[in-house]
Amino acid sequence: MNSLYYQKRLSRNIGDKFFTSLSVICALIAILPLIFLVTYILYKGGSQITPELFTLEPNPPGDDLDAGGINPALVGTLIITTIASIIAIPVGVGGGIYLAEYSRGGAFSRFIKFGVNVLAGVPSIIAGVFIYALIVSTKILFGSMYSGLAGGMALSILMLPSVIKTTDEGLKLVPNELRYASLGVGASMYTTILKVTLPSAFRSIATGVVLGIARAAGETAPLIFTALFSYYYITGFGDLFYEMGSLAVLIYNFALEPYDAQNKLAWAASFILVLSILSVNIFSRILAAFTEKTKRV
Amino acid sequence: MEEKLTLFKNRKRFGIEKNIDIIFKNTALVLSSFVAIILLGIILVVFFQSFESFSRYGLKFLVTSEWNPVKDEYGAFTAIYGTLVTSFLSLLITIPLGVGTAIFITEDFVPKVFREIIGSFVELLAAIPSVVLGLWAIFVMEPFFRAFFVFLHNFFGWIPLFSTEPSGRNSLLAILILVVMLLPIVTSIARDSLNQVPKKLRNAAYGIGASRWKTIFSVILPAALSGIMAGVLLALGRAMGETMAVTMIIGNSNAFSWSLLSPGYTISSMLANQFGEADGSQVSSLFYAAFVLMILSLLVNIFAQWLVKKFSLKY
Repeated sequence: MNSLYYQKRLSRNIGDKFFTSLSVICALIAILPLIFLVTYILYKGGSQITPELFTLEPNPPGDDLDAGGINPALVGTLIITTIASIIAIPVGVGGGIYLAEYSRGGAFSRFIKFGVNVLAGVPSIIAGVFIYALIVSTKILFGSMYSGLAGGMALSILMLPSVIKTTDEGLKLVPNELRYASLGVGASMYTTILKVTLPSAFRSIATGVVLGIARAAGETAPLIFTALFSYYYITGFGDLFYEMGSLAVLIYNFALEPYDAQNKLAWAASFILVLSILSVNIFSRILAAFTEKTKRV
Repeated sequence: MEEKLTLFKNRKRFGIEKNIDIIFKNTALVLSSFVAIILLGIILVVFFQSFESFSRYGLKFLVTSEWNPVKDEYGAFTAIYGTLVTSFLSLLITIPLGVGTAIFITEDFVPKVFREIIGSFVELLAAIPSVVLGLWAIFVMEPFFRAFFVFLHNFFGWIPLFSTEPSGRNSLLAILILVVMLLPIVTSIARDSLNQVPKKLRNAAYGIGASRWKTIFSVILPAALSGIMAGVLLALGRAMGETMAVTMIIGNSNAFSWSLLSPGYTISSMLANQFGEADGSQVSSLFYAAFVLMILSLLVNIFAQWLVKKFSLKY
């Protein structure tokens, strides 16, 4: 008769309570430092933000009074990520189109998919080492060694797998009926892809690509010996062939300086980097949730 | 509508359009093969650059820890050991925490809204650049743990792992910052694979009288195991290749020590530190170390893919 009621002291119930509290503790240990981390970065970095930060050059370390601004690094990050996107997006979208629209699951496409996964797992510093060997040390780019261009190429290697994957997955979600309809009215394969399937998968591909760009903007390891760092304003097109600063490398260099002024600059740069990456992420998440809702209706 | 109809009027397929079609297809084919070209290129370039060092030191490079550019003596044992120790120990801490958190947000302990907020918050954290985590580790984590490390050394100094006086930057700090980096990866992948377990399995277990945790341990976790394992291996690959945060906090010393409280080295931090200023046979030795790192992460990656294929969802 008793067995119909919940018995506190039954071993299974005690065990259940124990494991439940264990998982709560795990979640707390995991999440509390993470919350602390984000708020600290935003608080500490946010308090360093001044208008001059965006317009001045950083002063070389040693002058503890005034560290200057991060303008060259900010512009450099924009330029390097743009170069990386210009290389990685066409190649990645093209490759994704082949995988999703043309391949029939043969050995070649399986090999490429395998390669995409492997390339995604290659440590980011290896991409830097590769570009160093291929471009920096050979001075193949018109005799320039360390350059923003080389940095952009290194980043594009890291972006490529994610662009291919999102394109492939985005195109696979497009219903086959659309393709049949387009081919049925006599459109050729490339018109079908360019006018029907790509546009209808545009939003999911764009979201994935933007997230990939945001991730690349924070990458440091491939840049430290390809783009190196520069203290000076970027003034013209020719600067692409010289050392170029970036927010990520600025944080790395200035965090290791013993001077307080440089450390503050590193915090300010982290604030800008983290805030922009997080807002891109949150925005695309909201957008994705919104699309899902409208689709269901 | 009118416009669209006229589009199709008198429409013939010209030879030129067929050619464009073929060109389009082949362009896509070439672009997709870029991935393979780059991958092979990376492997070949790193291998050939390391050839000089490889032929001079051979496999001895892997087991000696002399790194002396003046005498031209190179061995990467400290860095290889550091890479393996930091990544495995950080994973050892991350797995229970991450899987525990994943269970917490897939079970119904708290309302769904909270669980979704926690889940997406954890995923957002994966987007924070590692260099920022390194900055945080230097200025916040290191002072925070200083007293704890002294305590560890005083009370557990007889264990070789804690046998040295804690230095400002050390391997244990690198392990802890790796835990912060890996947690989001392991948690979100474990959560996804737990969510993919069909509801009927859970209902069946409840139906024959299993308690909640009996169900989790004997039904849900085994069913999600392949996904979780793949996530763990992915995190392992990440940990081995992770550069910035580790370089900033590990102390970068090539002197070998069993103790986690003394400065250490990993392959990637060695590359980050020395590559810019190296020349001569040091460059070749660094490429050799990079080659070792690449082989390690390739093996982990391929094993993860094989695992997913072999054990994916067999219920």
